[in-house]
Amino acid sequence: MAGATRSNSATRVSRPLLGLSLAVYLFLYIPLIVVIVYSFNASRVQSGEWGGFTLDWYNKLLHNETLLNATLNSLIIGVAAAAIATVLGTLAGLALHRYKLRLLPVLVLAPVAIPEILQAVSLVLFFNAINLTLGMVSIILSHVAFCISFVAIVVRSRLQGMDESLTEAARDLGATPWQAFRMVTLPLIMPGIIAGALMAFTLSIDDFVITFFTSGPDAATLPLQIYSMIKVVVTPEVNAVSTLLMLLTLILIIIANKIAPSALQAK
Amino acid sequence: MALLEIRNVSRRFGDFLAVDNVSLEVGAGEFFTLVGPSGCGKTTLLRMIAGFDQPDTGQIVLEGKNLEGTPPEARNVHTVFQSYALFPHMTVEQNIAFPLRMAKTADDQIKPRVAEALEDVRLADKGKRYPHELSGGQRQRVALARALVNRPKLLLLDEPLAALDAKLKEQMQLELIELQREVGVTFIYVTHDQGEALALSHRIAVMNHGIIEQLDEPSKVYGFPKNRFVADFIGTCNLWEGTVTSAGERDFVLDLDGIGTARAIPNTTTKAMPQPGQRGCLTLRPEKLRIAADLAPLPEENSAAGKVHDFLYLGDVTIYIVNLDQGARIEAMLPNAASGRTRFFEVGDPVKIAWRVDAGHFIDG
Repeated sequence: MAGATRSNSATRVSRPLLGLSLAVYLFLYIPLIVVIVYSFNASRVQSGEWGGFTLDWYNKLLHNETLLNATLNSLIIGVAAAAIATVLGTLAGLALHRYKLRLLPVLVLAPVAIPEILQAVSLVLFFNAINLTLGMVSIILSHVAFCISFVAIVVRSRLQGMDESLTEAARDLGATPWQAFRMVTLPLIMPGIIAGALMAFTLSIDDFVITFFTSGPDAATLPLQIYSMIKVVVTPEVNAVSTLLMLLTLILIIIANKIAPSALQAK
Repeated sequence: MALLEIRNVSRRFGDFLAVDNVSLEVGAGEFFTLVGPSGCGKTTLLRMIAGFDQPDTGQIVLEGKNLEGTPPEARNVHTVFQSYALFPHMTVEQNIAFPLRMAKTADDQIKPRVAEALEDVRLADKGKRYPHELSGGQRQRVALARALVNRPKLLLLDEPLAALDAKLKEQMQLELIELQREVGVTFIYVTHDQGEALALSHRIAVMNHGIIEQLDEPSKVYGFPKNRFVADFIGTCNLWEGTVTSAGERDFVLDLDGIGTARAIPNTTTKAMPQPGQRGCLTLRPEKLRIAADLAPLPEENSAAGKVHDFLYLGDVTIYIVNLDQGARIEAMLPNAASGRTRFFEVGDPVKIAWRVDAGHFIDG
């Protein structure tokens, strides 16, 4: 008994540290909670008064053509960018794992560290140079560009956790290199690939800076649409759509984390 | 004709010569072991036979066919990996069926052959399990079944028992010997454990620094080590350096450093009678030494006196470390075979040791 008490006190968190971490959590989550709460507030003004519970704003969303259009754009871009980035990123991850070249990781992984604004500007200049009209295609290409690295990181970390001799065992037992990849390597890194795809989709859905620069006049995505809406006035509809977006992102992150716990650490 | 021939094979990694001009032959049905310390080149040699690595120079010939340019999947050679390398996303049955599927075996034949393979390793009831649900010994047996299911010409085993505890290891050693005898497949076994090499093999190649120091039957390697490295690496051995003082008809006299004068017989393999003034090394296994509180050496025995420095009680035997009066430290083994409670010498006890003139194995030079 005495021993148990002592070990408890040894792991007890100090009060000041507990207070500090609580403050940080409040700072992080209060704005999000406010958005969620106000999405159900019947009162139209954002002054803080509570006008009772309502689902009106969610109902209004369903009839807001512009927002629905932007959502559709975001989903199309997200799915397309995630699909392309997953294929390319997986190949990059495999290459990073197999060839221990010094320059390769830098080239593949640099986009994670490069400031987004820099990437955005360079992409716009690039699209101008090749005479590509800004629109859905340019957004998808841009999203692919920054998602590849994340997928590559997740796939590589999955490969690093894999017993090297498994591939050799497959070859040894009669499999050609392609059969060994298809029947052993691919199934084993599949959780990493799926987690990478989900992450790419999440990153694409809520990207603002790069999308802002590379979108044309008539290809607004959800984040761009929300931004243009709050420039005028913060309507409760924005709260509602933000809440939904948050929910979707959260679900995807949780799934990705379940499938490959290392995925989020790699990010 | 030998099943496998290694002809003058060398392999270099940067500045490191992993395998240095090695030649050897392995016969059909043989249990052949490559043994040596880590980095001696045994695993590199194994990987080249499997096809995961290529020799820089030399040839690997299986059943008269040069394997150069043949990828691993096209070689009639399978490997049991140290980590077992069972496919974690497949059941035991699917793992064992893998090589059959790769060999395009007819579907209706796969099932009975997998069942038979499971029977061979006594895992008939574990077919539906996944590898992570099995114990270490069971995984080991699945790896064996998978590697043997389509009867390769040659089975390579890379330290397959290294991950098992001592008791299970001994049991698996017996199973391996039995399995090899049953299936008749040639085994090439790699280990750093000299005891394992002695226990399992028909023949042993002792490797060090990329070369084969000695290649022979276990009892010859143990009893008649070719050089100091082999004597020291295989089993425990007293290595006594000395100078030949006089040579007779059938034996000669040595002045052993820190021990004293002793008679010995010439090297059993070369049979060359050493000349006075020549240096050499007398290798003597601890179990060939007699140790007693007091003893009168027989006519055919040498003897020396000393004090017990330490001892290790191992149950079946006790190892005594003795400091001889002349300065050398030696090791002697005493079986605890007497009935009743064995009497031990204590640390500091004066003891005498004696050994037969023909008990040691003399290494010239």
